[in-house]
Amino acid sequence: MKIPPLLLTLAIALTSCSKREAGETIVLTGSSTVAPLVADVAERFESTHPGAKVEVQTGGSSRGIADALYGRATFGMISRELKPDESALTAYRIAVDGVGVIVHRDNVVSNFTRQDLINIYTGKISNWKLLGGADAKITVASKAEGRATLEVFLDYTGLDSADIVADIVVGENQQAIRTVVADPNAIAYVSIGAAASEAAAGTPVKLTRCDGIEPTNENVAAGKFPIMRPLQIVSRGEVPVLAREFRDFLTASENRDLIEFHLYVPITK
Amino acid sequence: MSRSRSDRILRTCLGFLAFLSGSVVLLIAVFLVAGAMPALRDGVLPRLFLDEHWQPGSERDPQYALLPMLAASILVTALSILIAAPLGIAGAVFHQFYLPHRLAVWNERALELLAGVPSVVFGLWGLTVLVPMINRLHPPGQSLLAAGIVLALMILPTVALTSQSALRAVPQTQHLAAAGLGLGRVATVWHIALPAARRGILGGVLLAIARAVGETMAVVMVCGNIAKFPQSIFDPVRPVTATIALEMGYATSSHKALLFTAGLVLVLLTAALVGWLAFRKGNDEPAVN
Amino acid sequence: MAHPVSPRPRRPGDLALGFAGALACAITLVVLGWILWDLVKLGLPHLSWSFLTGEVSGGGRSGGIGPVLVSTVMILAFALVFAIPPGVGCAVWLSEMVRQGSRPARVITGAVDLLASVPSIVFGLFGMSFFCQVLGLGFSILSGGLTLACMILPLLVRTTLSALQSLPADLRPAAAALGLTGTTTIAKILLPAALPGILVGITLGVGRALAETAALIFTSGYATRWPDSPADSGRALSVHIYDLAMNIPNGSAAASASALVLLVLIFLINAAVATLAARWQRRHLST
Repeated sequence: MKIPPLLLTLAIALTSCSKREAGETIVLTGSSTVAPLVADVAERFESTHPGAKVEVQTGGSSRGIADALYGRATFGMISRELKPDESALTAYRIAVDGVGVIVHRDNVVSNFTRQDLINIYTGKISNWKLLGGADAKITVASKAEGRATLEVFLDYTGLDSADIVADIVVGENQQAIRTVVADPNAIAYVSIGAAASEAAAGTPVKLTRCDGIEPTNENVAAGKFPIMRPLQIVSRGEVPVLAREFRDFLTASENRDLIEFHLYVPITK
Repeated sequence: MSRSRSDRILRTCLGFLAFLSGSVVLLIAVFLVAGAMPALRDGVLPRLFLDEHWQPGSERDPQYALLPMLAASILVTALSILIAAPLGIAGAVFHQFYLPHRLAVWNERALELLAGVPSVVFGLWGLTVLVPMINRLHPPGQSLLAAGIVLALMILPTVALTSQSALRAVPQTQHLAAAGLGLGRVATVWHIALPAARRGILGGVLLAIARAVGETMAVVMVCGNIAKFPQSIFDPVRPVTATIALEMGYATSSHKALLFTAGLVLVLLTAALVGWLAFRKGNDEPAVN
Repeated sequence: MAHPVSPRPRRPGDLALGFAGALACAITLVVLGWILWDLVKLGLPHLSWSFLTGEVSGGGRSGGIGPVLVSTVMILAFALVFAIPPGVGCAVWLSEMVRQGSRPARVITGAVDLLASVPSIVFGLFGMSFFCQVLGLGFSILSGGLTLACMILPLLVRTTLSALQSLPADLRPAAAALGLTGTTTIAKILLPAALPGILVGITLGVGRALAETAALIFTSGYATRWPDSPADSGRALSVHIYDLAMNIPNGSAAASASALVLLVLIFLINAAVATLAARWQRRHLST
């Protein structure tokens, strides 16, 4: 029973040893949407910059904001625009993500106008029949409060989160997709890249047109598709040289393939 | 027990370990209160019980109704215990008194395996298998019922394994006495084994209740997350833990303090429940010994 | 696992009880089988030796889970090392050192029971602010292990306590009559006799620890490189599965394969613990 304190001391000693080389480490925390992409870029960065260590951690956009603000991370990762009260931070856009409306593959409805979406999400239209679909009640799936996808959806529709009358509330994109798979009468909005790639792999979901515009990454890149959000990293004040290098590395043209692999839209410089 | 130097040292060490074990929850409480402080200072507490909706992110009309979520936590837990306790205890009786030894070992391995299935796997299974089935019965499918069933599966191994070990620990002599009295298997189980193992089984059920109240990831995926009082078991619900999981990563400062407050209220509620159970158990302690 | 009740002529009540019990077991097994089957269907084609040993790439869709596996085992080891001594010690104290129902006993029992019901996500947030920030351990395997230790502590206390309490009451006076000290009684008689119960706690703890996601995302973190020391951040298998299933489009196959690996790992650990314990107990009880 004497072992644990001993081990603890040992471990703390180990921790403090490794803390000494912290100058070489770039820490990024935040959005779980951005993290997988940044982790992949980080791996490539480490292999081309010997000695550099890039640490990527998740926990949500607000985590990224807080960590960047209090200096716990070199960069925060966020999947939305900075808010007015976060002006102490500087944001660097690394990619764009379109947000599209999905329904079940068997649903005949394949276009929604902005007004349709307002009517559906405020409960004014509650049957697919009114939109030219089957005679069935619409299961409205929305995102949880604070999620970036919800916020851009609210921006687009001009609604307040209190206006939304949902049957189901979900968190991550994949949960929204699976919810639509589980309920043929459901409607949800998710990241276009995620939905397109799931649909291509045979998952029975369908991306719909929005005001007649096809939900493709080309249209998002061209700025034609109406609902989208930026993927960004944020920092407070000036960052070390290595961190600046990493920031540029994220948007470098030789790393576009990683952004496309993660199904987001690279920004054109 | 005779007292020696080593005994005194041991007593001190064990007392320290017990104190350590007990103080973890205190640390967590302090941490929760500290996190909730900004919201408590803003006088949010009465609003948790008086507001009608949960819409902390609304710019026009923020509201913080916690009651439907507390109700959901209690309902989901109750439903899962109602399913898991009979199944687990009946299974343990079968395991202990009917199954031949060779099969019993495998039954135990299977339960241990079930205990180790990650909550996200339960959640996915619930969302892709169970929810569509309930959806056909009564849409939308993500519901109190789905959450109760998934949680029941998650706590079943806890109930079953602790019940098994409690039943196994019933002294041989009692079985022999029962056999000597000519009691059949049913009577032995009913009048001897289960009463003797009662405390162990209750302990297991208590653990299972605690687990069910605190479970997060699996529930989020199948409960539908609508913060309203459910009218039937087919309605979606949103337990407190689901709210914390859904919103914590994206909450700004005041919203975050609100979520800490929600967590604090949940822990206090559970404390009341646990305290009540412990008090009751304390009362009938002498009857057992 | 003796079956002391001799088989008797089957009566209707006996049959009914047997049937109900068999049904309960069957339901458990069917559901487990169902979940396993879904995992096997999706995940088995994805499994290979290079999957087990390779590095994570493409967010987990390609490559393997080698570093994740190593981190997972390290986190689990720390969790057990930090949880078993206090857990068993606390239970022994509660059962042997204080009168049952006395105030200190009730306070500690209540506190431990309450700890069991703290939501896993609260453990995660607590671990992040206490172990990572206050104690300065940062995102590390150690922080993750400590957080998990807090989480499985109640399981160990409860199961050990009920194992000790259900030992025959005459063991203690018998030991005292033989002139054994309390220490010897506990170490040589009570703990070995209570071992099966303690094992249930460890088994449940292992399962709980390996299955936990929410508490680890915030503490041991997201990093997928090979861990050099307990001070490194290391992604646990359950976190990896969660990320693949929830964040990575078309990650289901890799998620299922990872889940299969996790279940095999749990199976092996449980089998090893059971075998070792059986051997240990045989040796101790026979001397």
